[in-house]
Amino acid sequence: MRRLTATERHPVRFTLNGKPAEGTAHPRMLLSDFLRGVQGATGTHVGCEHGVCGACTVRIDGATARSCLTFAVQIEGAEIDTVEALAPAPGRLSVLQDAFRKHHALQCGFCTPGILMSLDTLLATEPRANAERIRDVLSGHLCRCTGYQPIVAAALDAAQTLREETDNA
Amino acid sequence: MKPAAFDYVHCETLDEAAEMIAQTGDDARILAGGQSLVAMLNMRLATPTVLVDVMPAQDARKVAADNGTLKISAAVRQASLLDDPNLTSRNPLLAQMLPWVGHPQTRARGTLCGSVAHADPSAEIPLALAALDGTVILRRGRKRRSVKATDFFLGMMLTDKADDEMIEAVTFADVEQGTGTGFAEVGRRKGDFAIVACAALISPKRVRLAVGGVNDTPFVKDWDTLSPQDEGEALNALAWSLDARGDLHATARYRRDLVRHLGAKALKEARTCAD
Repeated sequence: MRRLTATERHPVRFTLNGKPAEGTAHPRMLLSDFLRGVQGATGTHVGCEHGVCGACTVRIDGATARSCLTFAVQIEGAEIDTVEALAPAPGRLSVLQDAFRKHHALQCGFCTPGILMSLDTLLATEPRANAERIRDVLSGHLCRCTGYQPIVAAALDAAQTLREETDNA
Repeated sequence: MKPAAFDYVHCETLDEAAEMIAQTGDDARILAGGQSLVAMLNMRLATPTVLVDVMPAQDARKVAADNGTLKISAAVRQASLLDDPNLTSRNPLLAQMLPWVGHPQTRARGTLCGSVAHADPSAEIPLALAALDGTVILRRGRKRRSVKATDFFLGMMLTDKADDEMIEAVTFADVEQGTGTGFAEVGRRKGDFAIVACAALISPKRVRLAVGGVNDTPFVKDWDTLSPQDEGEALNALAWSLDARGDLHATARYRRDLVRHLGAKALKEARTCAD
Protein backbone atom coordinates (compact mmCIF):
# COMPACT_ATOMS: atom_id res chain seq x y z
CA MET A 1 0.00 0.00 0.00
CA ARG A 2 1.30 3.44 -0.93
CA ARG A 3 -0.25 6.68 0.27
CA LEU A 4 0.37 9.79 -1.79
CA THR A 5 -0.37 12.92 0.21
CA ALA A 6 -2.67 15.60 -1.16
CA THR A 7 -0.29 18.50 -0.54
CA GLU A 8 2.76 17.16 -2.35
CA ARG A 9 3.63 16.47 -5.97
CA HIS A 10 4.51 12.87 -6.67
CA PRO A 11 6.65 11.46 -9.47
CA VAL A 12 4.81 9.66 -12.30
CA ARG A 13 6.77 7.54 -14.77
CA PHE A 14 5.03 6.21 -17.86
CA THR A 15 5.34 5.78 -21.61
CA LEU A 16 4.01 8.61 -23.75
CA ASN A 17 3.60 7.84 -27.45
CA GLY A 18 6.23 5.12 -27.27
CA LYS A 19 8.84 7.13 -25.40
CA PRO A 20 9.65 7.08 -21.67
CA ALA A 21 8.20 10.12 -19.90
CA GLU A 22 7.98 11.42 -16.37
CA GLY A 23 6.64 14.34 -14.42
CA THR A 24 5.24 15.20 -11.04
CA ALA A 25 1.59 15.65 -10.06
CA HIS A 26 -0.59 16.26 -7.04
CA PRO A 27 -3.02 13.34 -6.56
CA ARG A 28 -5.94 15.50 -7.70
CA MET A 29 -4.36 16.34 -11.06
CA LEU A 30 -6.34 14.86 -13.96
CA LEU A 31 -4.49 12.99 -16.68
CA SER A 32 -5.83 15.52 -19.22
CA ASP A 33 -4.24 18.43 -17.33
CA PHE A 34 -1.05 16.44 -16.72
CA LEU A 35 -0.66 15.73 -20.44
CA ARG A 36 -1.30 19.32 -21.46
CA GLY A 37 0.20 21.30 -18.58
CA VAL A 38 3.10 19.13 -17.41
CA GLN A 39 4.01 17.15 -20.52
CA GLY A 40 3.21 19.97 -22.97
CA ALA A 41 1.24 17.55 -25.13
CA THR A 42 -1.56 19.95 -25.97
CA GLY A 43 -3.06 17.88 -28.78
CA THR A 44 -5.47 16.34 -26.28
CA HIS A 45 -8.34 18.77 -25.80
CA VAL A 46 -10.35 19.36 -22.65
CA GLY A 47 -14.06 19.91 -23.10
CA CYS A 48 -16.68 19.03 -20.51
CA GLU A 49 -14.40 17.54 -17.84
CA HIS A 50 -17.00 15.05 -16.73
CA GLY A 51 -16.68 12.30 -19.28
CA VAL A 52 -19.52 13.25 -21.63
CA CYS A 53 -17.99 15.03 -24.64
CA GLY A 54 -15.07 12.72 -25.48
CA ALA A 55 -12.68 15.50 -26.59
CA CYS A 56 -10.00 14.34 -24.11
CA THR A 57 -10.03 10.68 -25.23
CA VAL A 58 -6.58 9.03 -25.22
CA ARG A 59 -5.36 5.42 -25.21
CA ILE A 60 -4.40 3.93 -21.86
CA ASP A 61 -2.64 0.56 -22.28
CA GLY A 62 -4.22 0.13 -25.70
CA ALA A 63 -7.83 0.98 -24.79
CA THR A 64 -9.50 4.32 -25.35
CA ALA A 65 -10.44 6.26 -22.22
CA ARG A 66 -11.41 9.72 -21.03
CA SER A 67 -8.28 11.41 -19.72
CA CYS A 68 -10.50 13.76 -17.66
CA LEU A 69 -11.77 10.79 -15.61
CA THR A 70 -8.35 9.40 -14.73
CA PHE A 71 -5.77 10.88 -12.38
CA ALA A 72 -2.15 11.33 -13.42
CA VAL A 73 -0.95 9.30 -10.41
CA GLN A 74 -2.98 6.31 -11.70
CA ILE A 75 -0.95 6.00 -14.91
CA GLU A 76 2.36 5.09 -13.26
CA GLY A 77 3.89 2.43 -15.53
CA ALA A 78 1.12 2.69 -18.13
CA GLU A 79 1.40 3.25 -21.87
CA ILE A 80 -0.39 6.40 -22.98
CA ASP A 81 -1.00 7.31 -26.61
CA THR A 82 -2.30 10.70 -27.62
CA VAL A 83 -3.24 12.28 -30.94
CA GLU A 84 0.38 13.41 -31.34
CA ALA A 85 1.26 9.75 -31.99
CA LEU A 86 -0.91 9.38 -35.10
CA ALA A 87 1.03 11.25 -37.78
CA PRO A 88 3.91 9.08 -39.07
CA ALA A 89 6.25 12.07 -39.52
CA PRO A 90 6.14 15.86 -39.25
CA GLY A 91 4.24 17.23 -42.22
CA ARG A 92 2.59 13.89 -42.99
CA LEU A 93 -0.85 12.70 -41.94
CA SER A 94 -1.98 9.20 -41.05
CA VAL A 95 -4.45 7.50 -43.38
CA LEU A 96 -7.31 8.34 -41.00
CA GLN A 97 -6.24 11.96 -40.57
CA ASP A 98 -5.91 12.31 -44.33
CA ALA A 99 -9.41 10.90 -44.80
CA PHE A 100 -10.71 13.45 -42.27
CA ARG A 101 -9.23 16.25 -44.41
CA LYS A 102 -10.55 14.79 -47.64
CA HIS A 103 -14.11 14.35 -46.31
CA HIS A 104 -14.26 17.61 -44.30
CA ALA A 105 -14.77 15.52 -41.16
CA LEU A 106 -13.92 18.52 -38.97
CA GLN A 107 -14.62 22.21 -38.89
CA CYS A 108 -13.55 23.84 -35.63
CA GLY A 109 -11.45 20.81 -34.71
CA PHE A 110 -12.13 20.86 -31.00
CA CYS A 111 -13.56 17.34 -30.79
CA THR A 112 -11.21 15.92 -33.46
CA PRO A 113 -8.28 14.65 -31.32
CA GLY A 114 -10.58 12.47 -29.23
CA ILE A 115 -12.51 11.17 -32.24
CA LEU A 116 -9.26 10.37 -34.06
CA MET A 117 -8.04 8.35 -31.06
CA SER A 118 -11.28 6.35 -30.87
CA LEU A 119 -11.47 5.65 -34.61
CA ASP A 120 -7.74 4.90 -34.91
CA THR A 121 -8.17 2.30 -32.15
CA LEU A 122 -11.29 0.86 -33.78
CA LEU A 123 -9.66 0.48 -37.22
CA ALA A 124 -6.55 -1.09 -35.68
CA THR A 125 -8.60 -3.77 -33.92
CA GLU A 126 -11.47 -4.13 -36.42
CA PRO A 127 -10.22 -3.35 -39.93
CA ARG A 128 -13.60 -4.41 -41.33
CA ALA A 129 -15.64 -2.11 -39.09
CA ASN A 130 -18.86 -1.07 -40.84
CA ALA A 131 -20.82 2.17 -40.50
CA GLU A 132 -22.82 0.75 -37.59
CA ARG A 133 -19.68 -0.07 -35.58
CA ILE A 134 -18.20 3.31 -36.43
CA ARG A 135 -21.36 5.05 -35.21
CA ASP A 136 -21.33 2.97 -32.03
CA VAL A 137 -17.80 4.16 -31.24
CA LEU A 138 -18.67 7.73 -32.31
CA SER A 139 -21.56 7.74 -29.82
CA GLY A 140 -18.93 8.46 -27.18
CA HIS A 141 -18.11 11.81 -28.77
CA LEU A 142 -19.88 15.09 -29.30
CA CYS A 143 -19.27 17.11 -32.48
CA ARG A 144 -21.25 20.31 -32.97
CA CYS A 145 -19.95 21.19 -36.45
CA THR A 146 -20.19 18.24 -38.80
CA GLY A 147 -23.41 16.38 -38.03
CA TYR A 148 -21.18 13.25 -37.93
CA GLN A 149 -21.94 12.17 -41.52
CA PRO A 150 -18.53 13.25 -42.91
CA ILE A 151 -16.79 11.60 -39.94
CA VAL A 152 -18.43 8.26 -40.74
CA ALA A 153 -17.54 8.70 -44.43
CA ALA A 154 -13.91 9.46 -43.53
CA ALA A 155 -13.66 6.43 -41.23
CA LEU A 156 -15.12 4.10 -43.88
CA ASP A 157 -12.74 5.51 -46.50
CA ALA A 158 -9.74 5.14 -44.17
CA ALA A 159 -10.77 1.57 -43.32
CA GLN A 160 -10.82 0.69 -47.02
CA THR A 161 -7.45 2.34 -47.67
CA LEU A 162 -5.89 0.53 -44.71
CA ARG A 163 -7.31 -2.83 -45.89
CA GLU A 164 -5.92 -2.25 -49.38
CA GLU A 165 -2.51 -1.36 -47.92
CA THR A 166 -2.54 -4.58 -45.87
CA ASP A 167 -3.67 -6.69 -48.82
CA ASN A 168 -0.93 -5.25 -51.04
CA ALA A 169 1.77 -5.57 -48.42
CA MET B 1 -14.08 21.59 -12.79
CA LYS B 2 -11.16 20.21 -10.79
CA PRO B 3 -11.46 17.87 -7.82
CA ALA B 4 -10.78 19.10 -4.31
CA ALA B 5 -7.51 17.86 -2.80
CA PHE B 6 -7.31 14.26 -1.54
CA ASP B 7 -4.73 11.70 -0.49
CA TYR B 8 -4.42 8.87 -2.99
CA VAL B 9 -3.97 5.34 -1.63
CA HIS B 10 -2.70 2.68 -4.02
CA CYS B 11 -3.88 -0.75 -2.80
CA GLU B 12 -2.32 -4.03 -3.79
CA THR B 13 -4.95 -6.24 -2.13
CA LEU B 14 -8.65 -6.11 -1.26
CA ASP B 15 -7.66 -6.51 2.40
CA GLU B 16 -5.73 -3.24 2.26
CA ALA B 17 -8.63 -1.42 0.61
CA ALA B 18 -11.21 -2.76 3.06
CA GLU B 19 -9.01 -1.89 6.03
CA MET B 20 -8.42 1.65 4.73
CA ILE B 21 -12.15 2.27 4.19
CA ALA B 22 -13.04 0.79 7.58
CA GLN B 23 -10.56 3.14 9.28
CA THR B 24 -11.34 6.29 7.34
CA GLY B 25 -15.11 5.85 6.82
CA ASP B 26 -17.03 8.87 5.58
CA ASP B 27 -13.92 10.77 4.46
CA ALA B 28 -12.75 8.02 2.11
CA ARG B 29 -14.15 6.67 -1.13
CA ILE B 30 -13.17 3.63 -3.15
CA LEU B 31 -11.82 4.59 -6.57
CA ALA B 32 -12.48 1.85 -9.13
CA GLY B 33 -12.94 2.68 -12.83
CA GLY B 34 -13.73 6.29 -11.93
CA GLN B 35 -16.33 6.75 -14.66
CA SER B 36 -18.99 7.99 -12.22
CA LEU B 37 -16.92 9.00 -9.20
CA VAL B 38 -14.34 11.18 -10.97
CA ALA B 39 -17.12 13.12 -12.73
CA MET B 40 -18.67 13.69 -9.28
CA LEU B 41 -15.27 14.78 -7.93
CA ASN B 42 -14.68 17.13 -10.86
CA MET B 43 -18.04 18.77 -10.22
CA ARG B 44 -17.30 18.73 -6.48
CA LEU B 45 -20.51 16.86 -5.78
CA ALA B 46 -18.22 14.58 -3.77
CA THR B 47 -15.21 15.84 -1.79
CA PRO B 48 -13.59 12.89 -0.02
CA THR B 49 -10.20 13.54 1.58
CA VAL B 50 -8.90 10.04 0.77
CA LEU B 51 -9.32 8.03 -2.45
CA VAL B 52 -8.62 4.32 -2.10
CA ASP B 53 -7.67 2.92 -5.51
CA VAL B 54 -8.74 -0.73 -5.69
CA MET B 55 -7.78 -1.24 -9.35
CA PRO B 56 -4.15 -2.29 -8.70
CA ALA B 57 -5.38 -5.13 -6.42
CA GLN B 58 -4.86 -8.39 -8.33
CA ASP B 59 -7.36 -10.25 -6.14
CA ALA B 60 -10.07 -7.72 -7.08
CA ARG B 61 -10.01 -8.70 -10.77
CA LYS B 62 -11.68 -12.08 -10.42
CA VAL B 63 -14.71 -13.31 -12.33
CA ALA B 64 -15.81 -16.59 -10.72
CA ALA B 65 -18.55 -18.88 -11.92
CA ASP B 66 -19.86 -21.03 -9.12
CA ASN B 67 -23.07 -22.33 -7.61
CA GLY B 68 -25.31 -20.99 -10.36
CA THR B 69 -23.99 -17.46 -10.10
CA LEU B 70 -21.42 -15.25 -11.68
CA LYS B 71 -19.36 -13.43 -9.06
CA ILE B 72 -17.71 -10.22 -10.22
CA SER B 73 -15.05 -8.63 -8.02
CA ALA B 74 -14.52 -4.93 -7.37
CA ALA B 75 -11.96 -4.20 -10.09
CA VAL B 76 -13.56 -6.07 -13.03
CA ARG B 77 -14.06 -3.65 -15.88
CA GLN B 78 -17.27 -3.68 -17.95
CA ALA B 79 -15.31 -4.16 -21.19
CA SER B 80 -13.43 -7.18 -19.87
CA LEU B 81 -16.66 -8.97 -18.90
CA LEU B 82 -18.20 -8.07 -22.25
CA ASP B 83 -15.17 -9.61 -23.99
CA ASP B 84 -15.68 -12.92 -22.15
CA PRO B 85 -16.67 -15.43 -24.86
CA ASN B 86 -18.72 -17.50 -22.38
CA LEU B 87 -20.87 -14.61 -21.18
CA THR B 88 -23.66 -15.01 -23.74
CA SER B 89 -24.25 -18.69 -23.02
CA ARG B 90 -24.00 -18.24 -19.27
CA ASN B 91 -25.91 -15.02 -18.84
CA PRO B 92 -27.55 -13.81 -22.05
CA LEU B 93 -29.37 -10.94 -20.31
CA LEU B 94 -26.13 -9.47 -18.98
CA ALA B 95 -24.60 -9.88 -22.44
CA GLN B 96 -27.59 -8.03 -23.94
CA MET B 97 -27.44 -5.18 -21.42
CA LEU B 98 -23.71 -4.46 -21.10
CA PRO B 99 -23.33 -2.95 -24.60
CA TRP B 100 -25.86 -0.28 -23.46
CA VAL B 101 -23.68 0.77 -20.51
CA GLY B 102 -21.99 4.05 -21.44
CA HIS B 103 -19.72 4.11 -24.48
CA PRO B 104 -16.77 1.90 -25.50
CA GLN B 105 -14.50 4.63 -24.11
CA THR B 106 -16.12 4.48 -20.64
CA ARG B 107 -16.66 0.69 -20.53
CA ALA B 108 -12.90 0.26 -21.03
CA ARG B 109 -12.40 1.79 -17.56
CA GLY B 110 -15.71 1.51 -15.71
CA THR B 111 -16.39 -1.43 -13.40
CA LEU B 112 -19.60 -3.33 -12.60
CA CYS B 113 -19.23 -2.87 -8.84
CA GLY B 114 -18.59 0.86 -9.33
CA SER B 115 -21.86 1.29 -11.21
CA VAL B 116 -23.68 -0.62 -8.46
CA ALA B 117 -22.09 1.63 -5.81
CA HIS B 118 -23.09 4.76 -7.74
CA ALA B 119 -26.71 3.50 -7.89
CA ASP B 120 -28.04 5.77 -10.60
CA PRO B 121 -31.75 4.92 -11.08
CA SER B 122 -31.32 4.88 -14.88
CA ALA B 123 -28.18 2.75 -15.02
CA GLU B 124 -28.26 -0.68 -16.67
CA ILE B 125 -26.00 -2.60 -14.26
CA PRO B 126 -28.13 -1.98 -11.15
CA LEU B 127 -31.16 -2.95 -13.27
CA ALA B 128 -29.45 -6.17 -14.36
CA LEU B 129 -28.53 -6.91 -10.76
CA ALA B 130 -32.16 -6.53 -9.65
CA ALA B 131 -33.51 -8.53 -12.60
CA LEU B 132 -31.03 -11.38 -12.09
CA ASP B 133 -31.60 -11.93 -8.33
CA GLY B 134 -28.23 -10.34 -7.70
CA THR B 135 -26.47 -9.83 -4.41
CA VAL B 136 -23.94 -7.28 -3.21
CA ILE B 137 -21.11 -8.56 -1.04
CA LEU B 138 -20.08 -5.82 1.38
CA ARG B 139 -16.98 -5.76 3.53
CA ARG B 140 -16.18 -3.86 6.70
CA GLY B 141 -12.58 -4.69 7.52
CA ARG B 142 -12.60 -8.50 7.58
CA LYS B 143 -16.34 -8.89 8.14
CA ARG B 144 -18.55 -9.64 5.14
CA ARG B 145 -22.28 -9.44 4.60
CA SER B 146 -24.37 -10.18 1.57
CA VAL B 147 -27.36 -8.02 0.61
CA LYS B 148 -29.98 -8.79 -2.03
CA ALA B 149 -30.03 -6.26 -4.86
CA THR B 150 -33.65 -5.37 -4.11
CA ASP B 151 -32.66 -4.50 -0.52
CA PHE B 152 -29.40 -2.80 -1.48
CA PHE B 153 -30.81 0.05 -3.57
CA LEU B 154 -32.63 2.42 -1.22
CA GLY B 155 -33.12 5.48 -3.38
CA MET B 156 -31.55 7.70 -6.00
CA MET B 157 -27.79 7.19 -5.55
CA LEU B 158 -28.57 5.86 -2.09
CA THR B 159 -27.65 2.34 -0.98
CA ASP B 160 -27.48 0.12 2.08
CA LYS B 161 -23.67 0.35 2.06
CA ALA B 162 -22.33 2.06 5.20
CA ASP B 163 -19.56 4.65 4.91
CA ASP B 164 -16.99 2.28 6.40
CA GLU B 165 -17.94 -0.59 4.05
CA MET B 166 -16.82 -1.35 0.51
CA ILE B 167 -18.35 -3.47 -2.23
CA GLU B 168 -16.07 -6.47 -2.58
CA ALA B 169 -18.09 -8.18 -5.31
CA VAL B 170 -21.53 -8.55 -6.85
CA THR B 171 -23.18 -11.78 -7.98
CA PHE B 172 -25.65 -12.34 -10.81
CA ALA B 173 -27.76 -15.51 -10.93
CA ASP B 174 -27.17 -17.53 -14.11
CA VAL B 175 -30.02 -17.59 -16.60
CA GLU B 176 -31.39 -21.13 -16.61
CA GLN B 177 -31.83 -23.16 -19.77
CA GLY B 178 -35.27 -22.58 -21.25
CA THR B 179 -35.49 -19.01 -19.99
CA GLY B 180 -35.84 -16.32 -22.62
CA THR B 181 -34.37 -12.85 -22.08
CA GLY B 182 -35.00 -9.47 -23.65
CA PHE B 183 -33.85 -5.89 -23.20
CA ALA B 184 -35.03 -2.56 -24.59
CA GLU B 185 -34.04 1.00 -23.78
CA VAL B 186 -34.67 4.56 -24.89
CA GLY B 187 -32.17 7.35 -24.24
CA ARG B 188 -31.34 10.67 -25.90
CA ARG B 189 -28.12 9.29 -27.34
CA LYS B 190 -26.78 5.74 -27.45
CA GLY B 191 -24.73 5.28 -24.30
CA ASP B 192 -26.39 8.05 -22.32
CA PHE B 193 -28.38 7.18 -19.24
CA ALA B 194 -31.69 5.57 -20.14
CA ILE B 195 -34.91 7.52 -19.90
CA VAL B 196 -36.56 4.12 -19.44
CA ALA B 197 -35.00 0.65 -19.71
CA CYS B 198 -36.80 -2.71 -19.47
CA ALA B 199 -35.31 -6.17 -18.96
CA ALA B 200 -37.47 -9.28 -19.36
CA LEU B 201 -37.00 -12.91 -18.29
CA ILE B 202 -39.54 -15.55 -19.29
CA SER B 203 -39.35 -19.12 -17.94
CA PRO B 204 -42.08 -21.78 -17.77
CA LYS B 205 -42.55 -20.81 -14.09
CA ARG B 206 -42.47 -17.04 -14.21
CA VAL B 207 -42.61 -13.88 -16.29
CA ARG B 208 -40.42 -11.07 -14.98
CA LEU B 209 -40.04 -7.48 -16.10
CA ALA B 210 -37.49 -5.16 -14.48
CA VAL B 211 -37.89 -1.43 -15.11
CA GLY B 212 -35.18 1.21 -14.71
CA GLY B 213 -35.31 4.99 -15.06
CA VAL B 214 -38.79 5.49 -13.61
CA ASN B 215 -38.64 4.87 -9.85
CA ASP B 216 -35.68 5.88 -7.72
CA THR B 217 -34.52 2.26 -7.69
CA PRO B 218 -34.84 -0.62 -10.19
CA PHE B 219 -38.36 -2.05 -10.04
CA VAL B 220 -39.02 -5.77 -10.51
CA LYS B 221 -42.47 -7.15 -11.38
CA ASP B 222 -43.23 -10.89 -11.50
CA TRP B 223 -46.27 -12.62 -12.96
CA ASP B 224 -46.94 -16.38 -12.66
CA THR B 225 -48.13 -16.35 -16.23
CA LEU B 226 -48.76 -13.58 -18.73
CA SER B 227 -50.43 -14.40 -22.01
CA PRO B 228 -49.82 -12.10 -24.95
CA GLN B 229 -53.56 -11.17 -24.86
CA ASP B 230 -53.35 -9.96 -21.24
CA GLU B 231 -50.01 -8.28 -21.69
CA GLY B 232 -51.23 -4.85 -22.79
CA GLU B 233 -53.46 -4.46 -19.77
CA ALA B 234 -50.78 -5.77 -17.40
CA LEU B 235 -48.19 -3.34 -18.77
CA ASN B 236 -50.63 -0.46 -18.51
CA ALA B 237 -51.31 -1.35 -14.87
CA LEU B 238 -47.57 -1.61 -14.25
CA ALA B 239 -46.94 1.78 -15.88
CA TRP B 240 -49.53 3.46 -13.63
CA SER B 241 -48.28 1.66 -10.50
CA LEU B 242 -44.80 3.16 -10.91
CA ASP B 243 -43.83 6.54 -9.57
CA ALA B 244 -43.29 8.23 -12.96
CA ARG B 245 -42.29 11.87 -12.66
CA GLY B 246 -41.56 14.55 -15.21
CA ASP B 247 -38.13 16.17 -15.43
CA LEU B 248 -35.85 17.93 -17.92
CA HIS B 249 -35.51 14.76 -20.01
CA ALA B 250 -39.09 13.44 -20.24
CA THR B 251 -42.60 13.96 -18.94
CA ALA B 252 -44.23 11.45 -16.59
CA ARG B 253 -46.68 10.54 -19.34
CA TYR B 254 -43.86 9.81 -21.80
CA ARG B 255 -42.14 7.61 -19.20
CA ARG B 256 -45.35 5.60 -18.67
CA ASP B 257 -45.68 5.26 -22.42
CA LEU B 258 -42.11 3.98 -22.64
CA VAL B 259 -42.84 1.39 -19.94
CA ARG B 260 -45.73 0.06 -22.07
CA HIS B 261 -43.78 0.05 -25.34
CA LEU B 262 -40.35 -1.05 -24.09
CA GLY B 263 -41.96 -3.59 -21.75
CA ALA B 264 -43.77 -5.16 -24.70
CA LYS B 265 -40.61 -5.08 -26.80
CA ALA B 266 -38.48 -6.75 -24.12
CA LEU B 267 -41.15 -9.39 -23.41
CA LYS B 268 -41.50 -10.14 -27.13
CA GLU B 269 -37.76 -10.63 -27.46
CA ALA B 270 -37.73 -12.88 -24.38
CA ARG B 271 -40.65 -14.93 -25.70
CA THR B 272 -38.92 -15.36 -29.07
CA CYS B 273 -35.73 -16.69 -27.56
CA ALA B 274 -37.56 -18.86 -25.00
CA ASP B 275 -39.36 -20.72 -27.82
